[in-house]
Amino acid sequence: MQIYGTEISSRLFLGTAQYPSPKVLKDAIMASRCDIITVSLRRETSAGSGSGFWDRLRDLNVKILPNTAGCHSAREAITTAHMAREIFGTTWIKLEVIGHSDTLQPDVFGLVEAARELSGEGFQVFPYTTDDLVVGEKLIAAGCEVLMPWGAPIGSGQGLRNPDALRSMRAHFPDVPLIVDAGIGRPSDAARAMELGCDAVLLNTAVAKAGDPVMMAQAMAQAVEAGRQGYLADPMPKRDMAVPSTPVFGIAELA
Amino acid sequence: MKQIIVNAEEITLSAENIETALTELDYTTPSIATALNGLFIPRELRAGTMLSDGDRLEILAPMQGG
Repeated sequence: MQIYGTEISSRLFLGTAQYPSPKVLKDAIMASRCDIITVSLRRETSAGSGSGFWDRLRDLNVKILPNTAGCHSAREAITTAHMAREIFGTTWIKLEVIGHSDTLQPDVFGLVEAARELSGEGFQVFPYTTDDLVVGEKLIAAGCEVLMPWGAPIGSGQGLRNPDALRSMRAHFPDVPLIVDAGIGRPSDAARAMELGCDAVLLNTAVAKAGDPVMMAQAMAQAVEAGRQGYLADPMPKRDMAVPSTPVFGIAELA
Repeated sequence: MKQIIVNAEEITLSAENIETALTELDYTTPSIATALNGLFIPRELRAGTMLSDGDRLEILAPMQGG
C-alpha cells in the first residue's frame, strides 16, 4: 500500500501511549510488526523526559506519525503541526481537531480548515474524521490523500459502531486509502474493518490496556492480515436458509 | 528581570530572548519546540525573539500519543 508516495508494508498503525512501561511499548511495537507509530507533543520538563522517550523510539526503525491530539481549534492544530515538523523532521501529521470533550468527536469544520492550510504548506495530512462522506470529499478537496474515519469514540473499545457507513465510504472513495482510527477494542473489530475493505487500522488503547499488550499487538497484526486477505478473497454471499455443504447426491435411504 | 509563564508556571527570568531563556531554564536537549503566546517560534528565530513581562512560553517535546 502506498500513502503519500510512501510504500507501507504493515496495515496496522500503532499508538505509543498508556503502555505499562517503555519496555512493553517497545516489545509491542516489535510484535505488531508495524511500520508506523503515532506520537504527540506535550510540555517538556527541564529533566528532559520527552527527549528520553524520543531517543528510545528512534532506534526502532519505524516511521513517526505525530498527532495534534488535544487541539480544539484549527489554529492550535496548525501550530502543533509546525512544532511537530521541527522536532520530528517529518511533514506527516495526524490531524486531530477535537470538537467535544466527552466523545472526542472531530470538529470537522476546523479539521477541513486546518487540513487545507497544512496541505498548502506542504504537509501530508492524515485527518482523523467521522464516517461522513461529504466531510471526506471536502478533506480530499483540501489536499488530503488519505482519510481516517473513526470506528467508535477514541479509547472506547466499542469496535465499529457503524459498519454500514464505513462500507459506504469504501464504495464512495474506492481509490483513497481508508484507515480506521479509534474505537477498535478487539482483534475481531480490526478484522471486520479490514473485511469491509478498509486499507488499514490505527489503534492504541486496545493494545496498551490489554492484560498482555505484547500478545495483543501480535493478535491485532494477525487479525488485520486475516481481515485483509478475507476482503481480497471475496467472501461468499450470505443466505437466510441453510444449504447443505455435504453432497446430496448419493445419500443412502436408511429411514 | 521579567515574569514569564513557562509551561503554565510563572517564572522570573533575566534572559532577553527565547534562546537564552532555554539555557537559563536548563533545557539542553535539541528535541524541543517552542511557541510564544500561541505562535510557533522556529529554532532559528529563538535568539531574535525577545521576551516581555507576561509572555506565555510553551516548550514542547515528544511524548506518547495515540
